[in-house]
Amino acid sequence: MTLLEIQDLHVGVDSREIIRGLDLMVNAGEVHAIMGPNGSGKSTLSHVIAGKPGYEVTGGQILFRGEDLLEMEPNERAAKGVFLAFQYPVEIPGVTAMNFLRTALNAQRKARGRGELSTPEFLKKIREVAGSLNITRDMLKRGVNVGFSGGEKKRNEVLQMALFEPSLCILDEIDSGLDIDALRIVASGINGLRSPERAMIVITHYQRLLHYIVPDYVHVMSKGRVVKSGGKELALELEACGYAQFETAA
Amino acid sequence: MKQVLAKADAGCATSNFLAAALGRLPGAGLVPHIRARAFEAYERAGLPHRRMEAWRYTDLRTLIGEVLPLAPRPDAAALARAKASARLVAVDQAVKLVLVDGIFAPELSDLGELENELHVQSLREVLENSATGAMAGLVLSTTDDAVISLNAAMASDGLVISIAEGNTIRRPIQIVQVATGSSVSAFTRSYLQLDKGAHATVVQSFISAEGASGYQANDVLIALAGDEASLSHLRIAADAADAVNISSGIIAVGTRAKLDLFSMTCSGSINRYQGFVTLGGEGSKLSANGVNLIKDKLHADTTIVVDHAVPHCTSRQKFRAVVDDCGRSVFQGRIVVRPVAQKTVASLSTRALLLSDQAEADNKPELEISADDVTCGHGATSGALDGNLVFYLRARGLSEKDAQMLLIKAFIGESIEEILADNLRDFVTAQAEHWLQERQ
Repeated sequence: MTLLEIQDLHVGVDSREIIRGLDLMVNAGEVHAIMGPNGSGKSTLSHVIAGKPGYEVTGGQILFRGEDLLEMEPNERAAKGVFLAFQYPVEIPGVTAMNFLRTALNAQRKARGRGELSTPEFLKKIREVAGSLNITRDMLKRGVNVGFSGGEKKRNEVLQMALFEPSLCILDEIDSGLDIDALRIVASGINGLRSPERAMIVITHYQRLLHYIVPDYVHVMSKGRVVKSGGKELALELEACGYAQFETAA
Repeated sequence: MKQVLAKADAGCATSNFLAAALGRLPGAGLVPHIRARAFEAYERAGLPHRRMEAWRYTDLRTLIGEVLPLAPRPDAAALARAKASARLVAVDQAVKLVLVDGIFAPELSDLGELENELHVQSLREVLENSATGAMAGLVLSTTDDAVISLNAAMASDGLVISIAEGNTIRRPIQIVQVATGSSVSAFTRSYLQLDKGAHATVVQSFISAEGASGYQANDVLIALAGDEASLSHLRIAADAADAVNISSGIIAVGTRAKLDLFSMTCSGSINRYQGFVTLGGEGSKLSANGVNLIKDKLHADTTIVVDHAVPHCTSRQKFRAVVDDCGRSVFQGRIVVRPVAQKTVASLSTRALLLSDQAEADNKPELEISADDVTCGHGATSGALDGNLVFYLRARGLSEKDAQMLLIKAFIGESIEEILADNLRDFVTAQAEHWLQERQ
């Protein structure tokens, strides 16, 4: 089943065009990697899918399960099953991680027409997912991401992914700021969430991450377009030859 | 036609007005004389204006212009309306003492439930029986502040509360001040004395009954926390949307005594709360905190002056303001450290969150340090909600309104969490949440 369909997407920021005619089709169960040099529009693409303000879509469309995603508020997109793991998760002092997770989970459940979880149900669910990600109770009592290391912040993103059970996960440079051990924990958390109903878009600079999260498809982005698509072997080719060959192709 | 008690611009209100009011104001013996002197002091200065540094952002001459005539004594209907409103703000477990239009209303108060250690009289009682004038002089004392002088001249009633040495009053004492009238003013003055080692919590709630509008409330609370005493004082100003509330607190804190002060303003048209705290005994501690929640055209000024008069005292202050629409929040925090007050530790943090382009926040921290071995610091910020935080929450499923609400709650929570008692913290949180819900 097609989850996400992007057709001839054009996006600008401050009248500068960042995405210039991008096409992408993602089916349930698939893992797509999007690679590309800095400034190729990868993060912009993830922000536009999630609904971040400040971008102007000047052409094309994004369909999610056939519905026009661009017409939805960010929270509606989340409720529909779109999840963006942030490259730089924000710190929110004064809002405990626990309170945040519960508020967000219940908001999504409500939007999906399901009842709110009781406290014991919620705690049980948290325990199920936090343990395998090495997230302690103490971390959950602190303000969201406040005083968290880079690795802890990314683990917290994966925790939310597990909790909210989205059908499309966009991982924006989930590997940035992670040492090799943290990368293993995060990748194994993500791999545990792979399923035939769920799709993932993994945005990264480096092939390294794709050793741990092995994609079905690899796309190369340059200057706001997908310039080459292929299987996982394309990532190895990029590692060997770099992005330079695509700069001219775009 | 509105009757004007004291014209501000002339700065020379007619003493005839005091003479006319005196007949209705309580006081035997020297009291009329004390009132007359206080009124003269007010007349000399007139209403405060922007050329006075302490009133720079709250120019009463332009904001209120005139002082309205005294409210009539509440009748049975007014008392019934006051009772209905007072019930809505009752703090759980509190002993309620109600003042209606500036007059103590024993029939609405929990006088039968007073703990033995708690001695309560009305100001009227004290002034009527003050043969020597000593007590009256204490209760009606003034500073060089004109609104406090005016209050001493015009105070119609209030509460005089004392707690003897070593006693702990377990239930909070809640003074509910209800306005029922329109285009009138009420002057109240209360006196609170905690003897050595006494402990108490006093909540002051300013509210309006249904139908009350355009009134002016002027309140003064004089409090003495004796040596090793501990006083927790909360005040919540939630007056009618077009009302004026000018409140002053004059609080002296003794040796190793502790004062926890919290002030919240969430309604009314023109608000000024000025707290003057003297840390006069070594080792005394002040924690002063507060929240201004402002929308429409509300003007709310919180001014705190802390006087470190002796060594080894600590003061910590944390104020937060949330300003929407065309509201204006003022926070002035002045810390005075006297030459002898070595080893003083004082901190002041004031932050404002501006939710609209027209919102205004004026933060004025002032440190006046005359001792050299002290630790003092202050910080002041103002700004909008962080769009990245709002987006993060929205991307996790919260609506824009809920995302903003969660962030605003966290912001004011920094100050509210300083309230130690769980039930009072919950009470303030509930009032703040009510304001946030209404805002949307």
